[in-house]
Amino acid sequence: MALNIRTYHDLTEPDRSGLLGQVLAQRARVAERLAVVGRVVAVMSGKGGVGKSFVTAHLARALSRRGGSAGVLDADLNGPTIARLLEAAGPLVVDAEGVHPRAGTDGVRCVSMAHLVQDGQPLAFKGPEAESFIWRGTLEASALRELLGDVVWGPLDTLLLDLPPGMQRFLELCDLLPAPPPVLTVTIPTPESGDAVRRAMRAAADRGAPLLGVIENMSGAPFTGTAGNDLASEFGVPLLAAIPWHPAPETWERLAERLG
Amino acid sequence: MKFLCVECDKQMTFEERALPGDGTLAATFKCPACGRVVAMLTNPMETQLVASLGVQIGGRGVPAQPLETVRGMVATGRDDAFTEVPAVATAGGVGWSADAQERLSRVPSFVRGMVKKIYADYAKERGIAEITPAVMDTARAELGLEGM
Repeated sequence: MALNIRTYHDLTEPDRSGLLGQVLAQRARVAERLAVVGRVVAVMSGKGGVGKSFVTAHLARALSRRGGSAGVLDADLNGPTIARLLEAAGPLVVDAEGVHPRAGTDGVRCVSMAHLVQDGQPLAFKGPEAESFIWRGTLEASALRELLGDVVWGPLDTLLLDLPPGMQRFLELCDLLPAPPPVLTVTIPTPESGDAVRRAMRAAADRGAPLLGVIENMSGAPFTGTAGNDLASEFGVPLLAAIPWHPAPETWERLAERLG
Repeated sequence: MKFLCVECDKQMTFEERALPGDGTLAATFKCPACGRVVAMLTNPMETQLVASLGVQIGGRGVPAQPLETVRGMVATGRDDAFTEVPAVATAGGVGWSADAQERLSRVPSFVRGMVKKIYADYAKERGIAEITPAVMDTARAELGLEGM
């Protein structure tokens, strides 16, 4: 006998679990928390080891020195470095409002997984080890959501999101934020880096994220190449800075000024 | 997800959740017409996946705490990660039995402040004057505090 089963949407009785409502409430919490932030900017690269965190930390400091308030969310959950770069180690204060970021060098507010995970230990989660690949990504996305929505960032002119290499975290951000965030891209001069970063920029553009410009880090010898200029030309965006191996403070000031 | 009593063609209603052990999450649903009760059981991986989303089957019993998923799920958390402002950590008039305090003291400090507040909120909402290990067990199952 064939059963006449109705569809999910045919069943309209109140659903006490309200899982969709819970997810929407999570998103609303992020939007509400970031409503007092002037701009959220993702610092990303398709390539590892190009100095994203270094650039992010110094850019945030320069923005702060120019009189704007700046914060950094270290979205590199498995390789957090921002707390050290900003000299912002120490416990996070929790009160009725939420978790408060640490103030680091030049007053830059930051939160990093380094604040939460023991020194020298990996970010490890409780749970069954078998098939952890199924849930680990989800858990990391939830952690990112909480760092956005549960941290009392307060009024900020700029919140920089320091992303790990690759695109996964950026795509998660696009799902968590009300709109895809503007993107600052960091590369080194080599063509290999250009190849990887090009893919990331294309993916960001395809998601509708505004591309603010390219920063070429570790510019000059011993690296050879013109990846920064090439990418900027290709995507019709400015090369915001070519940062040498030993940048002077003015380098960061100029970058901050160009970013506005 | 929803459950349909095929025989009655009625949507079943959520009854309760439980943690019977082995990483299993049990959620029971009842047909409002015939009274049939079914239990949905998840395996440990599925339980983990639900927890990873930061949602709770059966709905939220108490408001979400700051960094609740991170604090509840990270196994390598720092003991000194948080400074709890006293106003947050107070139990608001709810007492703790000696056994319950001892049990709470065994919760890693990374998550202890949050767990204490969750149990206190749970007790306050239900008019429970003293938190005992039995109250903690019930709250843990009802609120979905797997791993806490």
